[in-house]
Amino acid sequence: MTYKIEENGNSRIIHLTGEIDMDVADKARQSILPLIEAGHEVHLNLSKVEYMDSSGISVLIESKKLSEKKNTKFELVEVSKPVEKVLAMARKFL
Amino acid sequence: MSETAHLDHSEKKAFLVNSSSLKEVRNFCREVFEKLQIQQELKDELVLAIAEAAQNIVKHAFKNSADVNELMVVEISCENNKLQIAFYDRGTPVDPKKVKHREIDNVKPGGLGTFFIQEIMDAVEFKDGNKPWINHLVLTKQL
Repeated sequence: MTYKIEENGNSRIIHLTGEIDMDVADKARQSILPLIEAGHEVHLNLSKVEYMDSSGISVLIESKKLSEKKNTKFELVEVSKPVEKVLAMARKFL
Repeated sequence: MSETAHLDHSEKKAFLVNSSSLKEVRNFCREVFEKLQIQQELKDELVLAIAEAAQNIVKHAFKNSADVNELMVVEISCENNKLQIAFYDRGTPVDPKKVKHREIDNVKPGGLGTFFIQEIMDAVEFKDGNKPWINHLVLTKQL
């Protein structure tokens, strides 16, 4: 998994690419959480993520919870088909 | 259920029990499902279920293990359009009664992987592991 961060005022757009599983979940977490912690609005682009499992969903949940705590915004801006499918399955559960 | 008749076929492979093997597990599954001519959407779901089960072995069965050379085996078999995926490992014995996804009103993400497995597969069964194995998990799905 790789990531790229774009800056736009207080907003940060994070583009994740590749596969997000348990092995890289910490790397994904470290690309997102410090920006939320610093009070930035974070927009996560997952259009180039080919695979995501429950570890990736955990990172999204942690990010959302932290953004609520820090009173800032965390949102998904674009989502690939494989990720949308996993999110749909996770929504039945969460 | 699929209307396509899938080939009878069986393949197994051993992987080191660690998180960096999970990508190899997924690639192995994709290769086997390609041979079985399973359609893309179902293939993606099956790969997710298998990867979540393998992740559970790494996360739970070997939680306290310092041995980095431990192996888990994944065996994929298809017979008469019934797909069976077996996992073998020598980790902490699994108590099937304790393997369940969490309650719906608990907002923590833990247990989501088990939920995915149960959503995707028709049956999830822990069998007695014959020596040298301790745990033997079997997932099945009618294609």
